[in-house]
Amino acid sequence: MKKLLKEFFKGIGSENPTFRLILGLCPTLAVSTSVINGLGMGIAATFVLLGSNVIISLIRRSIPDQIRIPCFIVIIATFVTIVELAMKAYTPELSKALGIFVPLIVVNCIVLGRAEAFASREGISASIMDALGMGIGFTLALLLISSIREVLGNGTLCGFLIIKGFEPVLYLVLAPGALLVIGLLIGAINFISRRRYGLNGR
Amino acid sequence: MNKLTVSPSPHIKSSQTTKNIMWAVVWSLVPAGIAGIYIFGISSLNIIIISIFSCVFTEALFLRFRGRDPKTILDGSAVLTGLLLAYNLPPEIPFWVPVAGGAVSIILGKQIFGGLGQNVFNPALVGRAFLQISWPVYMTTWTNPRWWPDAVSSATPLAKEGSTHFTYMDILLGNRGGCIGEVCVIALIIGAAYLLAMKIISLHIPLSFIGTVGIISWVFGKDGFFKGDFIFHMLSGGLILGAFFMATDYVTSPLTKKGKIIFGIGCGLLTAIIRLRGGYPEGVCYSILFMNAAVPIIDRFTKTRKYGLTKCKPGKLSAV
Repeated sequence: MKKLLKEFFKGIGSENPTFRLILGLCPTLAVSTSVINGLGMGIAATFVLLGSNVIISLIRRSIPDQIRIPCFIVIIATFVTIVELAMKAYTPELSKALGIFVPLIVVNCIVLGRAEAFASREGISASIMDALGMGIGFTLALLLISSIREVLGNGTLCGFLIIKGFEPVLYLVLAPGALLVIGLLIGAINFISRRRYGLNGR
Repeated sequence: MNKLTVSPSPHIKSSQTTKNIMWAVVWSLVPAGIAGIYIFGISSLNIIIISIFSCVFTEALFLRFRGRDPKTILDGSAVLTGLLLAYNLPPEIPFWVPVAGGAVSIILGKQIFGGLGQNVFNPALVGRAFLQISWPVYMTTWTNPRWWPDAVSSATPLAKEGSTHFTYMDILLGNRGGCIGEVCVIALIIGAAYLLAMKIISLHIPLSFIGTVGIISWVFGKDGFFKGDFIFHMLSGGLILGAFFMATDYVTSPLTKKGKIIFGIGCGLLTAIIRLRGGYPEGVCYSILFMNAAVPIIDRFTKTRKYGLTKCKPGKLSAV
């Protein structure tokens, strides 16, 4: 049980995919313009991670080692298709806003990385916890980045106006703003964790 | 008994310290500031003061936060950044714009990289680019000189090239709309001459920069081949200010003479391209920032030959 909890929390904290492993930056940069988009992307990626981790962990002994990457891709693509069709059916607006980045979850480094580094080696319960932890860590990172960008760059949060008379910093909702916010957040997180745990501390 | 002092070289000290250079550049910019205040009225002075104060305050705050030596606040670099930033702003801009610009210049332009001497980009231009992207409406609302009948707002002369109601004399004296510090070319040239006489800047970057802009706008100008109004392009916009005072920043320009000329030509090319074909009327700011990013490469390929070494392969040196 203790090991499972460890697998769960490492994705949120010490091995956070966005801030620690610096994986999956392409969707992070592109969709973090508003909180709704960030949340949608996070949930979609979490679902794909969970599904692919479970299936890959189940059949890990039957996948031939030489062609494991194509096998992972096929499994991941299946779940991405499910997410994409479900999104188109139930949340067409979100689907339109996220656009190409939903199908692109297939090649998301986080999903593929967890399949390769974790699910193909570990048991099913550990893989579920790993997928949930990584997915929630990714979602939280997206929420943090997108709320900063939306509040300062657009003056709104989840589409509601929150600061009246504030001239939004247009820079932050444009492409360079994403790079700036992520860079500053990674810097701040490194700064804090180095203060607390020493130079190489996690 | 230490009758004789033993110390490592260098033994001869020059009076050119960081502090002296920075303050000399600040002084050399004063004439352009006075001209700007005279042309646009007292609001320009407010913008300049707010911008300088914002930069110095941010620098002090950041140094304190990082536990660095707070004495470097007074070396003039933050004052210079604030002054240059203000000179790049329209004179009637709301007061909070230079406040935000100063903070961005110092934090994102300078201190994040490790402070003075470590920054890749010119801090004042980083601030200006940030403001330009964030609040484009305020950044492009220029005021006409206060003695004009319609002293509300207009585009920079660059945006309406061809409507030739500006004589070259107007542009030289600053009888036109524009940013606070860039309008009066004569005042800028007085300041630049002072810096050249003090040997603080060399002519390599400004001449190659302005010359390239002149040649390109002459050859590819709007009126056809070899008919462009190159004098207008060389004098207008922020070119004189940028070429003499911002492209020559020691930290963000190449070290060797050859490198400086390459840097200046690159700046000139980009400025001319942005002006003639780009979406913005003015390209000095972005072209200098672009070339700042290229400085490490330029420095690498224009290394001077070490004394006593010969060249054998391109780029590599070896002993004779």
